[in-house]
Amino acid sequence: MAEEVLVFGTWSSPYGRRVEMALKLKGIEYKYIEEDLTNKSPSLLKYNPVHKKIPVLVHNGKPVAESLVILEYIDETWKNHPIFPKDPYERANARFWAKFIDEKCLPAIRKACWGEDQKEREKAAEELSKLLQFLENELEGKRYFGGGTIGLLDIAANMIGYWLGVFEEASGASELLTREKFPKLFNWANEFVSVSAIKESLPPRDKHVAFMRKRFGMVNTSK
Amino acid sequence: MASSATVTANQLIIMAELKLFRTWSSPFPLRVVWALDFKGIQYDTIFEDLSNKSSLLLQYNPIYKKVPVLVHNGKPLLESLVILEYIDETWKQTPLLPEDPYERATARFWAKFGDDKVLPSIWNVFIKQGKDQEEAIVTAQENLGFVERQLTGKKFFNGETIGFVDLAFGWLAKLLSLWEEVCGVTLIDHEKFPLLSEWIQNFADAPIIKESWPPRDKLITKYQALLEVYTSKEAPK
Repeated sequence: MAEEVLVFGTWSSPYGRRVEMALKLKGIEYKYIEEDLTNKSPSLLKYNPVHKKIPVLVHNGKPVAESLVILEYIDETWKNHPIFPKDPYERANARFWAKFIDEKCLPAIRKACWGEDQKEREKAAEELSKLLQFLENELEGKRYFGGGTIGLLDIAANMIGYWLGVFEEASGASELLTREKFPKLFNWANEFVSVSAIKESLPPRDKHVAFMRKRFGMVNTSK
Repeated sequence: MASSATVTANQLIIMAELKLFRTWSSPFPLRVVWALDFKGIQYDTIFEDLSNKSSLLLQYNPIYKKVPVLVHNGKPLLESLVILEYIDETWKQTPLLPEDPYERATARFWAKFGDDKVLPSIWNVFIKQGKDQEEAIVTAQENLGFVERQLTGKKFFNGETIGFVDLAFGWLAKLLSLWEEVCGVTLIDHEKFPLLSEWIQNFADAPIIKESWPPRDKLITKYQALLEVYTSKEAPK
């Protein structure tokens, strides 16, 4: 039976891009559907009635929602180029840090760039620094979070690997992820975006910066 | 601790050092208790007082400083649903998650929905007053509606037996009626939520669940005190 894989996403969302990164790493062909979140398609509402959000992966007509849940599904369905570690403890570790990134780092990044006032932004930047230190420590002795090759946690950290830089440029924030403060993470980010499956899955940078600047403003003035 | 699981020599080695940090009342460590009990695994329990956290807890969970923490052969595991997956991958008897990848994805989705949406929306009903509470009730019941539909044609979320999603929603089976009693609002009635009502009964009746549940009167006292803290914070309308 011919396999049909659909991905519903938006061009600028890191969550949708996670799904594409995983599929590209495994060489899985898929059809991408760009959603306009101000005018959601009937298909999206049918496939994700609970959250009505992207990304959604539809495999032979069956929908899977929530990016980290989708990544697990992809790895369990297509066994080549595994993105999860084999060992249960390392798997638990990867899941823990992926959750940490979504629940702690992402909100801190947004607030550090576009918090309501400078005080809130500075506070968020401090918080983000502490959070990034944990991830810096996780990279000890490793090229990628996944070890020698890209894994789940690298993909889950895509916001830090690429989107953070775009957000900084768009908002005028700076010094959030520097080589001096976080040498391993800084290096990792460069390595990460160089991997072809990742590079191919990134939004066009200039368009992305312009889009975010227009949407949220360049609120951080230079010192 | 009920189990008919045969313990092999290998399993004895794996079991060698298993410690669970929990509190007497928190439902999240209880998920871990249930998972271990269902699989017939022995472990030591360390009860924490969260107002006076042990140095061991802070060492094992420096980021969140919370329970549960499961320590297996000296290595800490955090976050109850992550721990459940670890337990399921390490001890294969009485599987919590189904085998099929699509069914596993479905289970993970609903467990996440429970924690991200259902629980906070029900907690909001508990702590809010007046118009805020009315709005919270609408949201909570919308969320519960999605959950209700998941039970169509099934005794448990996992089918005939208790599994991952049932354990994830376990707090609903026991704490909800308690909160309803303390704050005087009924969220789940048999007419609107017949399947959930029955699931609550079936889940709560399971021996492992019954045996491990904290004392009801102690819980009522705790949540009454908590509610008073929240209502005293509210400005009069």
